[in-house]
Amino acid sequence: MVTMADAVPAGAAASATGADYALVGEGLTKVFGGFAAVKDVDLAVRRGSIHALIGPNGAGKTTCFNLLTKTLQPTKGKILLNGEDISRLRSAEVARRGLVRSFQISAIFPNLTVLENVRVALQAPYGTGYHFWRSLRAVAPLNRRAEELLEQVGIVESRGITAAELSYGKKRALEIATTLALEPQVMLLDEPTAGMGHEDIEPITDLIRKVAVGRTVLLVEHNLSVVSTLCDRITVLQHGEVLAEGTYDEVSSDQRVIEAYMGGVDE
Amino acid sequence: MIRLLLIAAAIALLAVAPFHFYTVTLMTIMCFVVFACSFNLLLGYSGLLCFGHAMFFGGAAYVTGYILKSTPVSIELAILAGAAVSGLLGLLIGMLTIRRQGIQFAMITLAFSQFIYFILLQSPFTGGEDGMQAIPRNPMFGILDVTDNFTYYYVVMAITLVSVFVYYRVVHSPYGEILKAVRDNQPRVESLGFDPERIKLLAFVISATMAGVAGGMKATVYQFATLTDASWPISAEVILMTLLGGLGTLLGPIFGAGIIIWLNDYLAGFGEWALISQGVILLVVIVFFRRGFVGELSALATFLANRRKPAAKADAPKPASAH
Repeated sequence: MVTMADAVPAGAAASATGADYALVGEGLTKVFGGFAAVKDVDLAVRRGSIHALIGPNGAGKTTCFNLLTKTLQPTKGKILLNGEDISRLRSAEVARRGLVRSFQISAIFPNLTVLENVRVALQAPYGTGYHFWRSLRAVAPLNRRAEELLEQVGIVESRGITAAELSYGKKRALEIATTLALEPQVMLLDEPTAGMGHEDIEPITDLIRKVAVGRTVLLVEHNLSVVSTLCDRITVLQHGEVLAEGTYDEVSSDQRVIEAYMGGVDE
Repeated sequence: MIRLLLIAAAIALLAVAPFHFYTVTLMTIMCFVVFACSFNLLLGYSGLLCFGHAMFFGGAAYVTGYILKSTPVSIELAILAGAAVSGLLGLLIGMLTIRRQGIQFAMITLAFSQFIYFILLQSPFTGGEDGMQAIPRNPMFGILDVTDNFTYYYVVMAITLVSVFVYYRVVHSPYGEILKAVRDNQPRVESLGFDPERIKLLAFVISATMAGVAGGMKATVYQFATLTDASWPISAEVILMTLLGGLGTLLGPIFGAGIIIWLNDYLAGFGEWALISQGVILLVVIVFFRRGFVGELSALATFLANRRKPAAKADAPKPASAH
């Protein structure tokens, strides 16, 4: 029961003015054709922290994640970003409010160059997205910022090549650069190390740690060693419900979590 | 610099072409070049397969023809009006269909084009099965006589050059960059704060307007508009031209339209063999040259360029293809 004592009750989180918690989910429920993939989940992500969402396969992590990013509409429940109710907004609108997500499959634009990939994101706040009558000179002022972002994730030397030709790890780095282009307050990363060889995992973990400074990060992750070194706080889901919440040490010593994971392996 | 010289050479060739070739064939090719460019903007750069593009082409042909027959409005304004009506039709149909994807979008646009076809068949102003005959070429700007095919050729050439430039501009604009991003990965574009449906709707309207310019030009070149212009075989032909030339390549539709119209003309004397040969060509292209005429050529150029400098590694910058 150590974990529940530390967990933030949803009511308290809601009554907090939004200064302590960047992102709060209250009583989130998602029903797919009679099956509740996520049931009454309360989740509060402290501002400036790296928070992980873990759990065995089928625990509802991805559904929960998709609810928070507004990719799915919740059947029930409320989502607050900086204290503001975003439950009914579309994903494009929450992106403009500073909540930006990444995807499990590398979300890049394969036929654009690396630089163009980042420039697409920079165009969103720049407001040239509908300017079909202007030449590309209109967005040339964005190139420097794009190169800075590519420099930050360490792939600036690849700026001219087509994104499809990047290695897997570099695609992820490109995706993070694209996400950073929006200067998000809250970044949601969907399994940032999924499908990676161990030689790629460490650079990406370092990169996340680096870009998380001054931001709030929520990530879904399978790799527990990544979670243990990276995350301040962890929420464990099982059967669509919160099983435990706390630091890695608290959660990993929780008997129910151990059982859930052992059970998950046996299945 | 080389590119500018090539463009100048192409314009010079176009300018002297009517001295050597039949002007009506050349004008037909140019109408379909504009039509195919409009289609490539959708399928090649937005990933939208519109299976009823003929509704914009045929619809504008009738509108332009009707204006010229019933009013003294000058010819360039009549073509613009036809394009504007097509653009509005595109906006209306786009708003109803743009949320659909893939085969659903193709089927719904086909259904709408059949609906437009039926309206054109039944409306009194179109002449029904007989089509709209004897469309006059009212003087350009109200003063310049263009009844002669040789003179009108240069008008069609100018409109075509402007249209191709507009097409080039859209593809290489800040908006074009977002459009290609939507084609590559729509959910990601949305997660970055754009509204992908509005981006695609704009492409649909621009494309419909351009198809309208092509239809209006066609009506004034032949001086008649028929139901064939709005029929599904025209929708299919423009798909064929775009695929043959190279999907998503800038110059592809220009070559595709040229090749198909030239073939139709050349093989016209062989009757059904023209259609059969078209089928065989499409089959060969789909099986062996998936990138189309221009796509394969630029891939070959890239391949040769890479071979010339064997030091190039996997991560070396790929030379931007010249098209």
